[in-house]
Amino acid sequence: MSLVELHAIHKSFGELQVLKGINLSIDEGQVIALIGKSGSGKSTLLRTINGLEVIDDGAIIVDGKKISDRDADLLGLRLQVGMVFQQFNLFPHYTALENVMLSPQVVKKQSKADARKVAEEMLIKVGLADKMMHYPDQLSGGQQQRVAIARALAMKPKVLLCDEVTSALDPELVNEVLAVVRQLAEEGMTLVMVTHEMRFAREVCDKLVFMHQGRIHETGDPEEVFASPKTPELSSFVGGLA
Amino acid sequence: MAYKFDFGAIVPHWELLLDGVILTTELTVIGAVVGVGLGIMGAWARASRTPVISQIVGVYVELIRNTPFLIQLFFIFFGLPALGVKLTELQAAVLAMIVNLGAYSTEIVRAGIQAVPHGQIEAAQSLAMSRLQIFRYVIILPALQKIWPALSSQIVIVMLGSSVCSQIAAEELTFGANYIQALNFRAFEVYFIVTGIYLVMSILLRMVLKVLGNYLFERRRHV
Ligand SMILES: Nc1ncnc2c1ncn2[C@@H]1O[C@H](COP(=O)(O)OP(=O)(O)OP(=O)(O)O)[C@@H](O)[C@H]1O
Ligand SMILES: [Mg+2]
Repeated sequence: MSLVELHAIHKSFGELQVLKGINLSIDEGQVIALIGKSGSGKSTLLRTINGLEVIDDGAIIVDGKKISDRDADLLGLRLQVGMVFQQFNLFPHYTALENVMLSPQVVKKQSKADARKVAEEMLIKVGLADKMMHYPDQLSGGQQQRVAIARALAMKPKVLLCDEVTSALDPELVNEVLAVVRQLAEEGMTLVMVTHEMRFAREVCDKLVFMHQGRIHETGDPEEVFASPKTPELSSFVGGLA
Repeated sequence: MAYKFDFGAIVPHWELLLDGVILTTELTVIGAVVGVGLGIMGAWARASRTPVISQIVGVYVELIRNTPFLIQLFFIFFGLPALGVKLTELQAAVLAMIVNLGAYSTEIVRAGIQAVPHGQIEAAQSLAMSRLQIFRYVIILPALQKIWPALSSQIVIVMLGSSVCSQIAAEELTFGANYIQALNFRAFEVYFIVTGIYLVMSILLRMVLKVLGNYLFERRRHV
């Protein structure tokens, strides 16, 4: 059984159909890259997986349980599925450490000491041992994004969703964030990432999902898919990047 | 005939003025604390997913913002007894100030909430925080920080507005002034001095609010 299964997900914004029947299963330990043109629905798909967008039709099944749009179900879903955004979205009035500690404390009701221990562990993991007491505006973009990753990890999610986590960064800061994601992948974290870093997708991901006009247009092993795209859309997408 | 100024005529009544200052201060402190608390709850309710709740608060806000404070005060003091709610002058005065500031601060706090980047709220959601947790831990402090100057001004306005509570014989500062000038007919001197007292009180209140703001929004590590 897969960790997360998406069945025939449909989502529209008004007249605009953004997701037109998405089927996808995410297995434990799998690292999935979502690629596609701007506006193809990648972010929307990712956001449906942790309930930030309510779906119009279809089913999201996590650990064998169908998720409804009731609050209790959504909170349960989000305990399993963490997310990191393109804009880091740190809470500006908390230090890096407090950003990471907050949710374990208030949601999981961990003691301050326990939350702190986990938070320090996560910040060390992302290479920010010396920045714990810094506020977001005292950190570079790459550092902020690593705090955001640590913050998501501190909740011990089963799946981590990453939406273009390096797109808002200056080029010289991209690698420090990608290195963290790569390390997570190597440690067996289940990841679904929207990315424009094709080389990274090829090296790190087990499965490539190419979205086109609200549908999964082509999917497969990254090496094979990049080497010989089966659809003209993917081949022009890949070609356009080269 | 030149008017002979005699500020000395006020001196025997200084206790009346002092009592007035104390009462005005008390009204303002209670009004500000409860009123802003009401405003925070109002702003929360305004963002409610239940349209009725949001609409009720909306009506309250518009009702208060589009009617004179004096009428609100009269309604509470003279009108409510018809419904069996009889309040003392002071209770009516403080209630009117709370209700008035509650409405204005609902709108001010709401503007602060809207200024919190939506991405931060989504990040909090994706950390499985509930709506109330997000409001309490993520939204309210940065929101208040953003609108603190506007909120401070509104509190000063309410303090100054409390002078109309003299109209229902609440014995605040303006009441004291009216009383003194009725005794000695020294209107110029009394109101001159009371103007100065209000001015000083406003300046002090602004300073207190500034210090309070610095304390609330100071970067204070929680761990
Ligand atoms: N909240 C919304 N309201 C209305 N339309 C939306 C909303 N969110 C997304 N859309 C529209 O849905 C479509 C898909 O958007 P989405 O953000 O999923 O694309 P994407 O594949 O992530 O693109 P990009 O690579 O630019 O991030 C776009 O046309 C977008 O304008
Ligand atoms: Mg996107």
